[in-house]
Amino acid sequence: MRKSGFLEKNLSLLFPLPAVTFVLVMMVFPVLYTLFLSFSNWNLTSGMPLALVGFRSYLRVLREPRFLDALGRTFSFTALALTVETLLGLGLALLLNRKFRGKGFMKLILLLPLVATPVAIGIVWNLFYDPTIGLANYVLSLFGLPRQAWVSGAATVIPSLALVDIWQWTPMITLIVLAGLAGLSPEPYESARVDGATGVQIFFRITLPMIAPTLLTAMILRAIDALKTFDIIYAMTGGGPGYASETLNVMAFKYSFEYFRMGQSSVVLVFLFLLVLTLSALIMRLRRRFEL
Amino acid sequence: MKIHPVRKLGFALVLVLIAAPVLFPFLWMLASSFKTQVDIISWPPRLLFDPILGNYRKVFQEQNFLKYFVNSSIVGFASVAFSLLLGLPAAYSIARFKQKKLSVLILVARLMPGISFLMPWYIIFSRLKLMDSYAALILSHMLIALPIVVWIMSSYFETIPVEMEESAMVDGATRQRAFLSIILPVSSPGIVTAITLSFIFSWNNFMFSQVLSMERTKTLPIAVYNFVSYAEVDWGAVMAAAVAIMAPAILLTMIFQKYVVKGLTMGAVKG
Repeated sequence: MRKSGFLEKNLSLLFPLPAVTFVLVMMVFPVLYTLFLSFSNWNLTSGMPLALVGFRSYLRVLREPRFLDALGRTFSFTALALTVETLLGLGLALLLNRKFRGKGFMKLILLLPLVATPVAIGIVWNLFYDPTIGLANYVLSLFGLPRQAWVSGAATVIPSLALVDIWQWTPMITLIVLAGLAGLSPEPYESARVDGATGVQIFFRITLPMIAPTLLTAMILRAIDALKTFDIIYAMTGGGPGYASETLNVMAFKYSFEYFRMGQSSVVLVFLFLLVLTLSALIMRLRRRFEL
Repeated sequence: MKIHPVRKLGFALVLVLIAAPVLFPFLWMLASSFKTQVDIISWPPRLLFDPILGNYRKVFQEQNFLKYFVNSSIVGFASVAFSLLLGLPAAYSIARFKQKKLSVLILVARLMPGISFLMPWYIIFSRLKLMDSYAALILSHMLIALPIVVWIMSSYFETIPVEMEESAMVDGATRQRAFLSIILPVSSPGIVTAITLSFIFSWNNFMFSQVLSMERTKTLPIAVYNFVSYAEVDWGAVMAAAVAIMAPAILLTMIFQKYVVKGLTMGAVKG
């Protein structure tokens, strides 16, 4: 009896305690440790003890073209995927935002890419993209277009990977916007129709402003996940050909687990999570502002 | 008001045009899993072929896929179970005591790139001789499952009127008793959502297991990935493996469709 009284009085502290402890040990501590390692030149294979070198690892990484290329590539991959996913996802949501038979089934179809195992998806797309036996080149040949190298060509690899991301994640934007549209009040639409507004006017003056917070949050969530894309890139190209599809995430992975250059890998990681944290802060501001 | 039949037909066509590209990779994967290597590498690609079961036999008999299936299930079930144990009370506390800072911490855990924990984990788990252990994998997958559980359940608990536990507490029950015997039972739809989504994301995870597991605890995504690293890809077998790994997640999604939609979209829409 006394024991449960203690628990009840301190419930707001004791209930979250196990989860918080877990997150501190498994997330906060490792992140701080990574931050610490970024000021070292530690190499796991050299057998040398860890030595702190201040910002020297940062300077080394920042001067490497491989890092700057990876940074730029991370942005261009994200920008390409996000732009297409937003426009396409919004368009599909507007098309599907009505009552029709089989709507539930349509939603189920849209869900499938979201729950499919990315590694396996990547391998299926590799079969499409195969330069000699792949369906992608066969489709091009039907239209009399020249064969492409797809993921095996340095120039085409990023758009080809972005296409996979677009295939997999456009439905996410569609489903989020659909859920947002379902919650809109019908009144502004009725008065707009009375005033004789055109469909385009209604979209830009009523629909878009009303779903803007939802759409924006969906876009930032998607941007964060696109910046972190790993499975598809690693499984399909391993960052290749050469370094042509190496993003920050893939680069950090290779530095950590192929070259074991933990110091420099930590520097890359610090940049990656600064990027993600900035975007996360944006999401939280949006949530507060619109009380989402 | 009757809709014109031509417009109706037009809309049906639009639906097909949306569904076809989404479904096509799945259908092609399924078809290829029943093809011989000769059928797969033939040019032009074959739509009609004699289906064979050999690829599945290869995957399950020669490649020991059942073992990886079991590994993925152990890691998935255990990490989801422990995440519920830790996450449900935390989510309740966030919802009832308006612990904003805590919910931010959990959101950050959901958004952080996994690799920023993975490198330190690798060092720590190596020191503790926990590489290739279920413990290390379950702990790492809990960092996927726990934020999902807390995220979904804290908004779910917010929709439950406070009066529910208050009336029980007036009758002499403690708050923790009210939580266990009143709040949790009425929250089962939310809990189903949390379990389904966190299990799927654990099931699909590649990066953590790629680093932390070796032969003993290898999970399915790694097994599928290792399949293609051979010199000549046995496409039929790989596609059969891809079907096998996706089937459980897709089955779960079909059964719990409404919950999955809700769980995936609630990040941006209050619900």
